[in-house]
Amino acid sequence: MSAAAGGPVRLVDQFEAGLQAPICLTWELTYACNLACVHCLSSSGRRDPRELSTAECRAVIDELEAMQVFYVNIGGGEPTVRRDFWELLDYATAHHVGVKFSTNGSRITPEIAARLVGDDYVDVQISLDGATAEVNDRVRGAGSYATALRAMGLLRDAGMRNFKISVVVTRENVSQLDAFKAIADDHGAQLRITRLRPSGRGADVWDELRPTAAQQRTLYEWLLARGEDVLTGDSFFHLSAFGEALPGLGMCGAGRVVCLIDPIGDVYACPFAIHDAFLAGNVRAGGGFAGVWRDSELFRRLRSPQSGGACASCGLYDGCRGGCMAAKFFTGLPLDGPDPECALGHGEALLAGRDAGRATPRPAQDHSRRRPPPRACDESPLAVWTP
Amino acid sequence: MSDFDLERSWRVSRGVALRPERFGALAYSFDSRRLSFLKSRRLYEVVRTLAEHPSGRAACEAAGASGAELAQLRAALGALAASGMIEERAG
Repeated sequence: MSAAAGGPVRLVDQFEAGLQAPICLTWELTYACNLACVHCLSSSGRRDPRELSTAECRAVIDELEAMQVFYVNIGGGEPTVRRDFWELLDYATAHHVGVKFSTNGSRITPEIAARLVGDDYVDVQISLDGATAEVNDRVRGAGSYATALRAMGLLRDAGMRNFKISVVVTRENVSQLDAFKAIADDHGAQLRITRLRPSGRGADVWDELRPTAAQQRTLYEWLLARGEDVLTGDSFFHLSAFGEALPGLGMCGAGRVVCLIDPIGDVYACPFAIHDAFLAGNVRAGGGFAGVWRDSELFRRLRSPQSGGACASCGLYDGCRGGCMAAKFFTGLPLDGPDPECALGHGEALLAGRDAGRATPRPAQDHSRRRPPPRACDESPLAVWTP
Repeated sequence: MSDFDLERSWRVSRGVALRPERFGALAYSFDSRRLSFLKSRRLYEVVRTLAEHPSGRAACEAAGASGAELAQLRAALGALAASGMIEERAG
C-alpha cells in the first residue's frame, strides 16, 4: 500500500475509527479440506452442512459490489473443493469484486491455469510452509510440497506473473527465508510471509512451532531489508517495536479495516479470531453483510478509541500498537496488554506467569477430521489428533 | 513529484476503482493490485472529475482549490501518477 499526500490526516487514526467497507475481507468458503495442516487457523477438515449455498454466496457478492469492496481473499478449508467454486469466481469478477484465493494447489490443472492467467481480477496464492518437502510436509502433510510445486509450475508455464506463494513462518522454516525467495523468483511469483497464530489448530502447535525470540529478530531484519518486495499482509507490525516500522498500515485492523466471513455466514472481526467473543453477526440476518459491518455492536466497540492499557506507557507503543488481538486472546493474555511475541519480551514474561493448569479459549468452530488421512498420520509427528 | 504537469489532461487509469471514505477515498488498481489513499475529500473530488476537465488545474479549480492547497493537490496528483492510479490522456 502507498499513501498519497493531500492533507494533515493521520490515516491510522482514520482507519481505527472504521471504514465504509472493509479494505481486506477474508471469506472462508468452506471448512472442507483435503489436507489437515497442523496449524490450520480455521480448524478445517469436514464440510459443514450449514455452508452458504451458491445463491447465498452470490447474494454476498452482490453486497460486496454495492459496498465497493475491491477484492476478497478467499480461503477455507480448501476453497476449490466446492463444486461451485469456479462459478462463484466468475460471478465475483463479473461484478467487479476481485478475488485472491488461497489454495494448496491440488485442483490446479493446465486448463485451470490457462483460464486464470487471462483474468486481471483474479490472483492465486499457493500455500507452502517449507522450502523443502521435509519441512513443509511435516506441517502440511505428506505429498503437499510436491502438490504445491506442481501447481506453481503450471501457473508459471501458463504465463501467470506475480501469483503469490504464501508462507507461515515457523521455528523450522525461518532459516529458509532466502530459499523461499528463490523459489518465488524462479516461478515469477511474489513471496508472502505471514505470522503463525495460535488460532484454530495453530493453538495446539504454537508453543513448539513459533519462532524463538532470536528468530523473530532475524525475521524482522530480513523483512526490513526486503521492503515491499516481500508481502506480509501486515502480519508483523508487532515487530516494528524492534526499530524502523515495517511496510504496511501497522495496526490491528479487526472490525475496522478487515473482517472474516466464515463458511456458514458468520462474520468475525478478524480471520484469526473464530470465537464467540469476536462474532459480529451473520450474513443470513436481515441486514446482510453490510448491516453487520455497519451496525454490529462489537465492531462499534472496536472502532472506538482504545487506551493501550498496560502498553500505553511504553515508548514503543506507536510502533506496535499492542500487537495482535487474536494472538493475545488465544494464549489467554489480556487484550489491553502486550502481544505474546512483544519485541521487548513483555509477552514472554506474561506467558511464563500463566497458571500451568490454565484453560485458554478454544475456537467456536472445529471441523477437524476425527480420523485424518492415513498418510498424514504416518508422516506428521506434529499431528495432534488421537487415532 | 514536483514535475507533475497541471496543465496537461489526466484521467483515472483503466482498471482503477475509487471508493469514497470519510477522510477522502481509497483507490485500488486491479492491474498492479495496489491500494492508495486519497487523504482529503477535495483530492477525491479532483481525481473523480479529472477526465471531465481539459487540465489538472481546471479540475482543481472546479473543485474549489487555490493557493497553497493547489500546491498540495499537485503533489498528491504527482504521487498518484507515479503509482499509475491516474494517467495522461489526449487533451
